[in-house]
Amino acid sequence: MSGLLVSLQDAVVQGVLWGIMVLGVYITYKLLDIADLTVDGSFAMGGCVCAVMILNFHVDPWVSLGVAAAAGMAAGAVTGLLHTIFEIPAILAGILTQIGLWSINLRIMGGKSNVPLLKTDTIMSKFIAVTGLSKQAAAMIIGIGIAIVMISFLYWFFGTEIGSAMRATGNNQAMIRAQGVNTNWTKLLALTISNGLVGLSGGLVCQSQKYADIGMGTGAIVIGLAAIVIGDVLMGKLRSFASKLISAVVGSVIYFVIRAMVLRMGMDANDMKLLSAAIVAVALCVPVMMNKWRIKKSYTEGGE
Amino acid sequence: MLDIKNVRKTFNKNTINEKKALNGIDLHLNEGDFVTVIGGNGAGKSTMLNMIAGVYPIDSGKIQIDEINISRDPEYKRAKYIGRVFQDPMLGTAAGMEIQENMALAYRRGQGRGLAWGIRTSEKSYYYEALKKLGLGLQDRMTNKVGLLSGGQRQALTLLMATLKKPKLLLLDEHTAALDPKTAKKVLEITQEIVKEQNLTTLMITHNMKDAIQIGNRLVMMHEGRIIYDVSGEEKKKLEVEDLLKKFEEASGEEFSNDRMILAK
Repeated sequence: MSGLLVSLQDAVVQGVLWGIMVLGVYITYKLLDIADLTVDGSFAMGGCVCAVMILNFHVDPWVSLGVAAAAGMAAGAVTGLLHTIFEIPAILAGILTQIGLWSINLRIMGGKSNVPLLKTDTIMSKFIAVTGLSKQAAAMIIGIGIAIVMISFLYWFFGTEIGSAMRATGNNQAMIRAQGVNTNWTKLLALTISNGLVGLSGGLVCQSQKYADIGMGTGAIVIGLAAIVIGDVLMGKLRSFASKLISAVVGSVIYFVIRAMVLRMGMDANDMKLLSAAIVAVALCVPVMMNKWRIKKSYTEGGE
Repeated sequence: MLDIKNVRKTFNKNTINEKKALNGIDLHLNEGDFVTVIGGNGAGKSTMLNMIAGVYPIDSGKIQIDEINISRDPEYKRAKYIGRVFQDPMLGTAAGMEIQENMALAYRRGQGRGLAWGIRTSEKSYYYEALKKLGLGLQDRMTNKVGLLSGGQRQALTLLMATLKKPKLLLLDEHTAALDPKTAKKVLEITQEIVKEQNLTTLMITHNMKDAIQIGNRLVMMHEGRIIYDVSGEEKKKLEVEDLLKKFEEASGEEFSNDRMILAK
């Protein structure tokens, strides 16, 4: 029983830390209607950059987090430029960046596919040294703290003039161009900010698990979409923008809790990706099928 | 005010689908001119408005507003001078955003957008008064999403948004064509009120010949990417629909070929 409790606590911590990435996916997928596949690469990049900063350059773990976020932003900007200036479809632009990042991430880690952070300080270990909390409690407090800061930042940002113009870009590009907004710029900015959050999340996960791995971002976009879908199902009734952002992080937590439970029930960890993909696919299929069924059912030959 | 000189545009050049959309347009608008634009299918009416707004680049020619050459400016830069209402009521507003948010976006047309709050409390009373004047009750629904509004309400809102910050030029691209007759009439009335009140220079495409004659101080007729008839003042007021049809046949050597226009005469 205590084993279950520990793995559930672990799952909640992971869910919160990955939740920062889900916020990033939320910006592109929900606000701008772009499925951005850069995420897999920029998440790993955040982790790799963070690990190398701490281990090789002895940079403060908090500063390293900032660098991880900046690296993610750069990755997002590349996708943004490919998509806006060069008009490559968003999905393809994201795939190109993601594939390129695989090699770059290996280079960052000096050709190794895994960089452990066993004996170095992390934000968690520093926090534990100050407060004397348990490892999980420390990670949870840091994760929730950063999530609150990021949600507040996004809530503020998307209420500003630029942020409103970005939301309008996702709504109706023709309209916002007619109001004098360069939609290339808003899309570029959105992809940059989104991947900045993803890189930050990669750095956090790296520090919490005490290693960076070249494959740590694989499937991140699907996890992000699954978390958004779960959050939407649970909290979709709430309309305010703040609650939508919170629901993204909550969805992430629920996702990792579900994951921990099915793994405990004996599911092969390798099948987890299939389950994630199935969750997203079903969530996307259901509304379409419902609509088709409704149209079919409402047909009558003779009218009223 | 608006000066268009010898503007040409060909779509799909050097392909089997080549279409000469604009064949040397020359048009000069004076400050406060309210011009109605009519013409058959594919005459280039919408293309002309889109070229002025900068939706596509022009092949050659010159477009000036108040002596400023905007021929090569992108759409978002020209928005500083131009307010627009589209034919499709869905196009002019952001459906997922509140009425007041849409208005705040429009109120900042052509201005730099920074990190100031997207909608200031002080603006809201201005929006309230402006919405009240529309007489559609929208002033009490300012926090509603625009997606909840009907086509006519959305079109009236788009019109209001286009003129919230006075544009140098207002472009109306058959903005009542997708509405039912009663709503179309209402939106047209609102249009005339706003244009008169702000003394706006306006180009309005319409498929309704009676409207084209009754509204505004000037009328131009287009055919095959050219302006073939341009009439204003007293002469315009005396026009009849039959005169327009005859004029068209004289100028083009063809029968008038706009189904909707024929039906609407």
